[in-house]
Amino acid sequence: MTTLLWGVLPYVALTLLIAGLIWRYRYDKYGWTTRSSQVYESKLLNIASPAFHYGILFVLVGHLVGLFVPESWTDALGVSEHTYHLLSLYGGTAAGILTVVGIALLIYRRRTRAPVFRATTVNDKLMYLVLVAAIVMGMIAKLAHSSGDGYNYRHTIAPWARSLFTLSPDIERMEGVPVSYQVHAVIGMALIALVPYTRLVHMFSAPVQYLFRPYIVYRSRDPKQLGPRPERRGWEETMRR
Amino acid sequence: MRPMAQIAMVMNLDKCIGCHTCSVTCKQAWTNRRGMEYVWFNNVETRPGQGYPRRYEDQEHWRGGWELNRRGALRLKAGGRLRKLAGIFSNPKLPEIKDYYEPWTYDYKNLTDAPLGDDYPVARPVSQLDGKPMKIEWSSNWDDNLAGAPAYGDLDPMVERTRQQAADKVRFEFEQTFMFYLPRICEHCLNPSCVASCPSGAMYKRAEDGIVLVDQDGCRGWRMCVTGCPYKKVYFNHRTGKAEKCTLCYPRIEVGLPTVCSETCVGRLRYLGVILYDADKVTAAASVKDDKALYEAQLGVFLDPEDPEVRRAAENAGIPYDWLEAARRSPVHALISKYRVALPLHPEYRTMPMVWYIPPLSPVVDALSETGHDGEDAANLFGAIDTLRIPLEYLAEVFTAGDVAPVRASLERLAAMRSHMRALNLGEEPDLSVPAAVGMTPEEIERMYRLLAIAKYEDRYVIPTAAVGDARRLEESALPADCSLDYEGGPGMGGDGPFGQDSGRKLLPLVSVENFHLLRRRQTTDDAEET
Repeated sequence: MTTLLWGVLPYVALTLLIAGLIWRYRYDKYGWTTRSSQVYESKLLNIASPAFHYGILFVLVGHLVGLFVPESWTDALGVSEHTYHLLSLYGGTAAGILTVVGIALLIYRRRTRAPVFRATTVNDKLMYLVLVAAIVMGMIAKLAHSSGDGYNYRHTIAPWARSLFTLSPDIERMEGVPVSYQVHAVIGMALIALVPYTRLVHMFSAPVQYLFRPYIVYRSRDPKQLGPRPERRGWEETMRR
Repeated sequence: MRPMAQIAMVMNLDKCIGCHTCSVTCKQAWTNRRGMEYVWFNNVETRPGQGYPRRYEDQEHWRGGWELNRRGALRLKAGGRLRKLAGIFSNPKLPEIKDYYEPWTYDYKNLTDAPLGDDYPVARPVSQLDGKPMKIEWSSNWDDNLAGAPAYGDLDPMVERTRQQAADKVRFEFEQTFMFYLPRICEHCLNPSCVASCPSGAMYKRAEDGIVLVDQDGCRGWRMCVTGCPYKKVYFNHRTGKAEKCTLCYPRIEVGLPTVCSETCVGRLRYLGVILYDADKVTAAASVKDDKALYEAQLGVFLDPEDPEVRRAAENAGIPYDWLEAARRSPVHALISKYRVALPLHPEYRTMPMVWYIPPLSPVVDALSETGHDGEDAANLFGAIDTLRIPLEYLAEVFTAGDVAPVRASLERLAAMRSHMRALNLGEEPDLSVPAAVGMTPEEIERMYRLLAIAKYEDRYVIPTAAVGDARRLEESALPADCSLDYEGGPGMGGDGPFGQDSGRKLLPLVSVENFHLLRRRQTTDDAEET
């Protein structure tokens, strides 16, 4: 079981993520979008969406720092374990609360605004379930172990996560980890695997290149498109539910 | 000089009867799909009126187009690049569908399925957004023909601005009111702010013909283009989550056919043609300090296709010969640059729009005739233009950023044309001072008259094709020019094959795929040889 969860599952998730991204980019560029519902309802979204997105970006940064910055590095900077814990506790909780409030508002909006609810697919609902579960379990794990110096995941989870990338997963490190952290990690991996197959895929099209390109884009006509064209999917079919 | 070619349009508003045929045929061709119910790539607005979406011209609210920053450089009114990315999680200035209108259908099933009762069953309106019964309160042309103008006419942002200039000129009492129709499509601007707003780089201006398009595979649904376009002519497909817009019917343009809206216009008020412009001058022209100078600045960007230097530069830039010829014959170039009767729509947005309008003159003639004056007498006409029922100030707010002079000049030319042509038609000696008063020769006036009044299909739409003159060769090159068995004594050389009359491979006659020009040539030539 330990091997399956901490030795196999991470690679399955990663494979699903990468293969899914390649597959989607090749075969479903047309479906690769944020599927925004802002044209239905804008007032709530203007508050909820930035709250959630900025929150989750901070959470992401927190995870990257927590998992991929070894303790020895922060020790070298003179940051004591207690200081680090407080920093991660307060920073993480603030970002977490922002995220939770954001997504709660988003889900409330999705349920109560009829056009938005009608545009919600089964795929969306599954995605929301996993996403909310991951966020909530993360908050529970963190807050349940907040007393004193808290739970030092930098001796267990972080080295395990780093060992994944050297292809020699250090699965023993995960054995004594509190259950709430374990559940959070498993749901997290499920979420990573889900990304390419849901609307979450839009995170990979963050338009950073916008900062560097000229304002006006010119393109030439595709010479291959002058004659008869290959059959394309009809407009209606592309959004089959 | 970096010459580029652009397919542009001019609409003669005097001829628009507001029948919405262009809108309907466009809708049938392009936006009769789910997710696009509320979208009209072409719509016809009654002015004064709020427009579609409501009050889209109020850029202080919607933040479309460009503005000048403190250093005098162009900046997107909705904010620069960093601001766009920071606000990407929800676009604060995005119109909701209800700002356009909530699309609906009717519960037709009830007409046949309703149980027997005392009342006739009715088909109630049902929202296409949430499937619930709804009350219809607005649509794309709810204020058609000034409907509701006494109560809502003041909401037209251009009325608000005209009132600041000439408070008493805009009235909505029935006897004193005025109106005209304004058909609108995408402007296919030279300096498109929608393209500049797109974070994904999915929107682009086609280098060959200047048509602004959305790459559906590249669009990620960030919606910045909808805000960026001051004319609100980029729409969000709420089913696919992608932006869509008027394509200037590019599949038709590429084979030399006019757009659907032009083709089906009953008033024949649309003109399509090539305009050559200097791409190097666009940014400078769009950053002219004074809003009122933008019209002249844009005229300065256009190139004269008769100028040999321009022609040489255009050839070096790879513009095909038939495009240059089309530019010479372009009715659009004539109306915009030669006769200067067409004006841009809202040049103050600094996008350099390429769908221009000839302002409406008609009411002045009617108004004069009603008062017992000769409505087509030049002296009366010139004098009356300033007291038009449609206030010059209002037209100026719409077409020249509030500068009355170009509007008056355009209307005076139209008035001079009427006066001059009336003299000709009645066999009178034309008064040469009339054309001279508007800076034209009688010949020019007559040519302008031909273009405005009796231009035929091929004079109104001068569209060079994409695959150019060698479309036919391209089509035939898909098949080998001759049969591989077609050598001396080979099986393809006529005669019988080895196994009797029909055996072996035959040299099939190569037939060109029919296209518009071949068909027309065949139908209009005098003898069979020419085809």
